[in-house]
Amino acid sequence: MDVNKIFESISTIEGIVLNSEANVIMVPSASLLAVADKFKNDIDLNFDFLMCVTALDNGDSENFTIAYNFHSNKHNHSVELRVVVVDGEGVPSLASIWKTADWHEREAYDLMGIKFIGHPELKRILLPEDWEGFPLRKNYKVADYYHGVPIPKDKSYWE
Amino acid sequence: MDLSLLERFDKDNVVVEKLDTLINWSRANSQWYFQFGLACCAIEMMAAAAPRHDLERFGAMPRASPRQSDVMIVAGTVTLKMAERVKRLYEQMSDPKYVISMGSCANSGGPYWQHGYHVLKGVDLVIPVDVYVPGCPPRPEALLQGLLELQKKIMTETPLRKQA
Repeated sequence: MDVNKIFESISTIEGIVLNSEANVIMVPSASLLAVADKFKNDIDLNFDFLMCVTALDNGDSENFTIAYNFHSNKHNHSVELRVVVVDGEGVPSLASIWKTADWHEREAYDLMGIKFIGHPELKRILLPEDWEGFPLRKNYKVADYYHGVPIPKDKSYWE
Repeated sequence: MDLSLLERFDKDNVVVEKLDTLINWSRANSQWYFQFGLACCAIEMMAAAAPRHDLERFGAMPRASPRQSDVMIVAGTVTLKMAERVKRLYEQMSDPKYVISMGSCANSGGPYWQHGYHVLKGVDLVIPVDVYVPGCPPRPEALLQGLLELQKKIMTETPLRKQA
């Protein structure tokens, strides 16, 4: 199935839009769980594999895009969903449907600061637990010290 | 250096030398290094320890415990999270202890100098370094030379003299 047919088969769900330029389906965060349920359980879709969860800063560190790449090993078709969220608003977690989402969402939280509602254990996965800020945001400022160790930023003596 | 000492055995098998030199001689030629690697430099360190380059012919053998090792080869990118662990492991080593900083990352942050928010900009910010080995990653020959430079450095020490 291509993205148009996939979109048709879930078009009864509220608020979803097909972006035919990028071949992705835009989903409001309120409808994400309904789409996920359909993706997992519809026998014609049968997306058994969540390949990747990607978080993007839309440029102002206020709006974020989360992209989900799904693949069906049975039907050998793939699709990408995108959810746009405002900073502070949560996105429903898909960890209860696809186990893969657990660590992917923790990584997105760790580096981008996106809250996933209903995640079993939403804490940092890569950085130390006492790290301040979310480093892949556009407005992130590198700290001067970490636990007393300086993080030099003067590059003049290096170049 | 060690060879020259051997060459000075005359027909009576006697050498007259300072005790300092004897201690340095044994220290320089039994540099048991701490077996741990942090990134791709560790692959080169393993290659240096493997039979083709064979660190053990210089008396350097890997020890898996800081309490048994004399040299810490910091092989790879030291993240800020890891820096505390590296420092703690260094403190657990018994004296005399030496540090070889291997590769650009451990020397200065390397490719992460500009944008690595999480990378320690040189391991000498947390522990004292004796020898810096440049390269990204250094070839095993470069690490061998670093080890030989450290041997030279050890031979200049005076362990029996009172430290200031």
